[in-house]
Amino acid sequence: MLFELDGIYYRYQRQTALTDLSLTIAEGTRVALLGANGSGKSTLLRILDGLYFPDSGSVRFRGRELTEQNFADDAFAHEFRRQVGLVFQNPDVQLFNPTVFDEVAFGPLQLRLPRSEVRDRVGEILDRLRITHLKDRIPHRLSGGEKKRVALASVLVLDPAVLLLDEPTSALDPRSQSQLIDLLVDWGGGAKSVITATHDLGDLEDIADRCFVLDGGQLVAEAPPADVLRDADLLRRTNLVHAHRHRHGGEFHSHPHVHGDEV
Amino acid sequence: MSGRPGRRFGSFLQHTIESLYDATSRVMYAESISRDTGLLQSLDPRVKLAGLLAWILAAALSAKLWVIAAILVLAVFLAGISRLPLALVAPVWVSALTFTGAIAVPAIFLTPGSSLYHVPIVDWNVTRQGLTTAAYLISRVETSATIVLLLVFTTPWTHVLKALRIFRVPIVLVVVLGMSFRYILLLLETASEMFESRQSRTVGKLSGDDQRRLAVSSVGVLITKAYQLSGEVFLAMHSRGFRGEVYVLHEFRMYRRDWTALALFGALAGGAAWAGH
Repeated sequence: MLFELDGIYYRYQRQTALTDLSLTIAEGTRVALLGANGSGKSTLLRILDGLYFPDSGSVRFRGRELTEQNFADDAFAHEFRRQVGLVFQNPDVQLFNPTVFDEVAFGPLQLRLPRSEVRDRVGEILDRLRITHLKDRIPHRLSGGEKKRVALASVLVLDPAVLLLDEPTSALDPRSQSQLIDLLVDWGGGAKSVITATHDLGDLEDIADRCFVLDGGQLVAEAPPADVLRDADLLRRTNLVHAHRHRHGGEFHSHPHVHGDEV
Repeated sequence: MSGRPGRRFGSFLQHTIESLYDATSRVMYAESISRDTGLLQSLDPRVKLAGLLAWILAAALSAKLWVIAAILVLAVFLAGISRLPLALVAPVWVSALTFTGAIAVPAIFLTPGSSLYHVPIVDWNVTRQGLTTAAYLISRVETSATIVLLLVFTTPWTHVLKALRIFRVPIVLVVVLGMSFRYILLLLETASEMFESRQSRTVGKLSGDDQRRLAVSSVGVLITKAYQLSGEVFLAMHSRGFRGEVYVLHEFRMYRRDWTALALFGALAGGAAWAGH
């Protein structure tokens, strides 16, 4: 099993983010973590990336528990970071190097890959994401969409076996969104594990084989995308759809509405 | 915002933030200069770090003004042949002079010694010893600031951090330095956005009290936001394998010109220390 979470609790000072969360994720699956803002998706991703450690409960990656003590072991931390990559929701926090090229090279260098390989990998991923023309630019000064691509490149360059994505299509224009989805669908020939936190139901069936629906820090449903999309009551209860009121001719009417494509 | 009559505290704060933001842009610009092909840019970062720190030490220990002045002239000469634009260096000189001047000026009057000039209305004496103390302080600070500029503006920041690690500077200090750089940028970006957003929602002129209240609350929010963001930046670095050690694409290698430069830096610092003793 790739990840096994058992009875996870996590609090930010006085606010509970995750409550008694248990789930398992198998190798090579594409998973969507669905939920409205504040449902605990981002916290869960950080726990899966070994950045946060639960207040109680356990999280295991390929059978080994993710604890601060285990991450103090250089060999384990090194191997874990090589295998698991996280793309943050806000690309600004991921951009701290003087140029785009340096930014993308940061991860492979930290993992002590040979310099010639780092150069090759960076060139390749910049090409693949069509951002080679940005390589000498200062990351902070890029547009929102460009920043998002650079942030994605800075993780994809590591070629991780597990990719964690926090709202990957937010702040992207529709064309860039569609290109990104295509890239993620094709990425690793479909053999890699991709865990995406999102509240966008539009591309759900393209990016996931399985969905976990979170509400107020609790797991409220686990099902394939088609089943989740059919369950209008679940979507309404978890604020993933809302009543959309608009005028047709002279009359108002309302129906469920999602952000992304219609259900 | 610039110099409107009747400007109050809020706009003063905004003006300051905007000036700092300009300074940030200069730092960004410095990154591109550090990749230019001037004399200092071509040297190994370790040579620059060791050599320039030796000069700062020589200036700090010198008991003769002409020696400190000679080091300053040399530093300016190096800035020239390394193609550092005056527009980049001058604001730092002005800032150093302003802040050091604020400390040094009282010393001109307060240091006991032989009087050179009597200020009639306030009944103060400008003393020779006071003037000498102020001159030493200002010249040392200006010289050190210029030398630090030479290092920072001709060397990519990550190379400076890596060179510090090679000289066994503790990892915690290097991480703090690296994070501080990003923190300052985030703080300024956030501040600038906050003021723009506030300006877009403000109609008419606020009273002095309201402006002060707004400024104080903005500072609190700003620090909290920047702190949170820098925490996120650290997590993002950590997530990509950062464990404190600095690795850069560029491999440090000593060539003949680096050894020559190191010998010259050392000889000049040694000579200055001997002459200034």
